Amino acid sequence: MALRLEVPPEAVTPDPPGATRNRRNKPGSWGLALTRDWRLYTLVLLPLAYFAVFRYLPMAGNVIAFRQFQPGGSIFGEKWVGLKYVTLFINDPSFWQAFQNTIILGVLTLLFCFPMPIIFALMLNELRSQKFKKFVQTVAYLPHFMSVVIIAGMILQNFSMTGTVNQIANTLFGTTVNFTQDAGWFRPMYISSEVWQTMGWGAILYLAALTRVDESLYEAARIDGANRWQQTWHVTLPAIRPTIITLLILNIGTFMAVGFEKILLIYNPLNYATSDVISTYLYRVGLESSNFSYAAAIGMFESVIGLTLILSANAISKRLAGTSLW
Amino acid sequence: MKETGVLLKDMKVSRGMRVFRMFNLVFLLVVVFLTLYPFLNIIAQSFSSEGFINAGQVNLFPMGFNTETYKLILADSTFWNNYSNTILYTVVATAISMVLTTSFAYAIAKKDLKGRSVFIGIAVFTMFFNGGLIPNYVLISSLGMRDTLWAVVLPNAISVFNLLIMKSFFENMPRELEEAAAIDGLTQYGVLFKVVLPLSKAIVATMVLFYAVANWNSWFQAFLYLDNPDLFPVTIYLRNMIAGVTTADSAGGTAENLGQIAANIQSVTIVLTVIPILCVYPFVQKYFFTGVMLGSVKE
Repeated sequence: MALRLEVPPEAVTPDPPGATRNRRNKPGSWGLALTRDWRLYTLVLLPLAYFAVFRYLPMAGNVIAFRQFQPGGSIFGEKWVGLKYVTLFINDPSFWQAFQNTIILGVLTLLFCFPMPIIFALMLNELRSQKFKKFVQTVAYLPHFMSVVIIAGMILQNFSMTGTVNQIANTLFGTTVNFTQDAGWFRPMYISSEVWQTMGWGAILYLAALTRVDESLYEAARIDGANRWQQTWHVTLPAIRPTIITLLILNIGTFMAVGFEKILLIYNPLNYATSDVISTYLYRVGLESSNFSYAAAIGMFESVIGLTLILSANAISKRLAGTSLW
Repeated sequence: MKETGVLLKDMKVSRGMRVFRMFNLVFLLVVVFLTLYPFLNIIAQSFSSEGFINAGQVNLFPMGFNTETYKLILADSTFWNNYSNTILYTVVATAISMVLTTSFAYAIAKKDLKGRSVFIGIAVFTMFFNGGLIPNYVLISSLGMRDTLWAVVLPNAISVFNLLIMKSFFENMPRELEEAAAIDGLTQYGVLFKVVLPLSKAIVATMVLFYAVANWNSWFQAFLYLDNPDLFPVTIYLRNMIAGVTTADSAGGTAENLGQIAANIQSVTIVLTVIPILCVYPFVQKYFFTGVMLGSVKE
């Protein structure tokens, strides 16, 4: 403190007009920051209040996983019950079925839905007619702008007994399948619709990255005798690698949340065996059966796994590829 | 055909290359067809008559043209009421989102603002960790927001993704502009409203579109927190149709047209809710692309 006071006045950045000089207004102090930027701080007040109420309060509200909760009572519950609800779901076979379904759907989504946009972007990139490219892009982005309710309605229509998929099945194999009710068909139905929905828009970041690839790299590769395929492999792919890795990390981060709203709209008790995921299970436990604390315990488990996944994916990619989100 | 070193680009296209280009073209055409097919199919179903629908004969084109169900839905006052709710929610929610997002983004784009990194951290952390369904539900209920417009428009008011796009846009603005304005005696408010915002029309338009489309399409908040059918947005109207909560009977079908109504009430409702999006889509989609580009260039 004493040392700072001896700084010669010239070394102190000039105060803006109106700022009163006193000990609290040393450069870098909150006093000075507030005097100078109070208008900017008023701008962050409302957004910060929003984050506090609608984002951080619910995070704290997760304590009801360890407390008894009474509807209408405190949002933080009434009294501590320890790990009661955690042991409850650990011993719940329905939870483990949902857990398994979540993992399987998550892995299938990564396997099928993650690479498709990359392939699509590379193929679009090979087109020479810009007009046709624009047209394909415009069409392919369309599903992204549809409400999930509309998507769900179209899925159920297309896979219904009289829908297109059954029309094709009937022509080819002479049989029809009740796709929307049959547990064995839920995964193909979910994944194929997910590819349909995400392939086009998912390519947009890769296309953005592709426009920034240095044209001279291709020239150099061609002079070295690289053919088109080798150019793709040695120039294009390395150029979009950071984008691929970033999106992969983000995808891993949302792994546990697999298409909650969509599944909620298209599943039914007949296919729970394959369609029920953690988020839909906790929705039923919590909001349909009003076991708030129990569902909150499951939800917390889900978020913690999600956070762990994204942190580890980020750390691994920082190590191995030198690309990371932060 | 010249084969000089400089014109390597014009080199004779090899046979393999031509085969690849053909394959590529065909593949992309198939993608276009498969993307559009479900939409065409729904439209065809919505105009077809029950016999053809129930026999599974409708695919690309309407069979046995019929508009009975359209007449029923278009005469349903609940449908129009819910449609106007959707418009109201979209306008209010987008306005709130824009005020919050713009002001926060502008402040945290100032590199010398004390506490800036804390503010950014507070926002970004919520992208990776959230309270979850149950605590949110408990909170909204205890705030007394159930069955009010606020439960729909407030909980997701700030999209951190949009916030970061706006922040990087503001960061890339030339500092001299603002400095000059400050010398002219404008306060930070003045700089924001008279200098920065007029120069940010493109990004503001993009953000409005991002939020508006998200709000127009959203259903889950309304589904969770609204019990009064007079408050439902049209997405819930459609959801109840898909989930079988609304049936041909309860929608007002009469004895003579019940079969027809039951056959395509869902596709008709889908078409009617999808039309506004389809109409504006070709004009707005390029802004989305710009927005994503702006966001992806950051750092």
